[in-house]
Amino acid sequence: MIEIQNVRKSFGELEVLKGIDLTVQRGEVVTVIGGSGSGKSTLLTCINGLEAIDSGKILIDGIEVHARSTDLNKLRRKVGIVFQQWNAFPHLTVLENVTLAPRKVLGMPRADAAKIAEKQLRHVGLGDKLTTYPSRLSGGQQQRMAIARALAMSPDYMLFDEVTSALDPQLVGEVLETLKMLAEEGMTMICVTHEMGFARDVSDRVAFFHQGILAEIGAPDQIFVDPQHPETRKFLAAVR
Amino acid sequence: MFDTALTVNDLIFLARGAGMTIIVTAISVVIGTLLGILFGVIRVQLGPILAAPLTFVLDIFRSVPLLIQLVLGNAFIGMVLQLQISGFTVACIVLSLYTSAYCAEIVRGGIDAVPEITRRAARSLGLTWGQDMRYIVLPLATRVALPSWIGLALGVMKDSALVYVVQVTELLKSTQILITRLQEPLFLLLICGAFYFIISFPLARFGGYLEKRWSND
Repeated sequence: MIEIQNVRKSFGELEVLKGIDLTVQRGEVVTVIGGSGSGKSTLLTCINGLEAIDSGKILIDGIEVHARSTDLNKLRRKVGIVFQQWNAFPHLTVLENVTLAPRKVLGMPRADAAKIAEKQLRHVGLGDKLTTYPSRLSGGQQQRMAIARALAMSPDYMLFDEVTSALDPQLVGEVLETLKMLAEEGMTMICVTHEMGFARDVSDRVAFFHQGILAEIGAPDQIFVDPQHPETRKFLAAVR
Repeated sequence: MFDTALTVNDLIFLARGAGMTIIVTAISVVIGTLLGILFGVIRVQLGPILAAPLTFVLDIFRSVPLLIQLVLGNAFIGMVLQLQISGFTVACIVLSLYTSAYCAEIVRGGIDAVPEITRRAARSLGLTWGQDMRYIVLPLATRVALPSWIGLALGVMKDSALVYVVQVTELLKSTQILITRLQEPLFLLLICGAFYFIISFPLARFGGYLEKRWSND
């Protein structure tokens, strides 16, 4: 379970998270929508401790992410994250990209790590690209590789930060399909996205962020059909 | 066509000088690069304000002419520190520091060229800071920094001609000795230049080879 309790975060003068409360249960898929600068992406990087928070608490399975005593490197094994772009390690082949963390972080022998990596890469449809370098992959393939790389660490939670936003339109579908597949397999996921169709189809709940505040959260049908908050209505009207 | 007094023994004398140039350069480039990586990483980690004292010292090594550094360094080690060490050692120390000052800047540029998100991706997989540096940042930074580093190494090789001021007889000094004796400056400088070229060429080619190989990634 991921528990976010009254989290505040500022960059200099700008407060990007103004007291966020959100709990994500195991197996749940929560998508986060909202305009740019609403704090959605910052929240994800705070969840796995890549960003510090100013106040509040984030707990992952009861462990406080930002506590001094927390071993972040260990905690991060539970929580995979995929970013919008620049995910790939360009000097490593696809297989090496995926085996690096299992080998170096989990201390797995090369052959075992390769077995897991191959399985995950096949899972995302890249079984024939093992020895390819990322620069030879399309943007969509690079994103799928990043997903396989995160999955190779057998995380309990996956965070997706606008993973299709930097892609050419024709490549968006293949990445969303991969995310859908994960959701169907029961992975606990928080997806920041601008793909409203995806949010509607896949989510258990949809959260709408507005200027650093979680303005509204609810089942997709409620959010998309009967939004309560005036900003949610305005946002949905604008993106439709 | 020519009528020269140059003997085989003289050529061997020049080759010995070239050997000294190679040794001084190799030691200084290796030590200077290791120190440069250390200083470059420290600069990036500490940020501009905390690293200011280090940056200031490195700026001194980059802006004061090497000849002056060698003479003052030699005097400092001998008179202030009261150490009795050879001119060769002084030359290696000063040239290493000089190299490290330039190398730190190259390393800093290389590290800065690695996208922040790529580093975050590495850390998010549970890699420690050290593992991120070793497996992601330094290999990527090396690719960016290589052309500048090759330029630095070749530059240090040519600058090493100045170590004659601390009584090290390297290639150019050997040539000057022969010029004084044989009075054939143009011919001898031509041979000396050829020696420098022969030393530099493999390094420059090796750099070109690595760049080409890495560009396939």
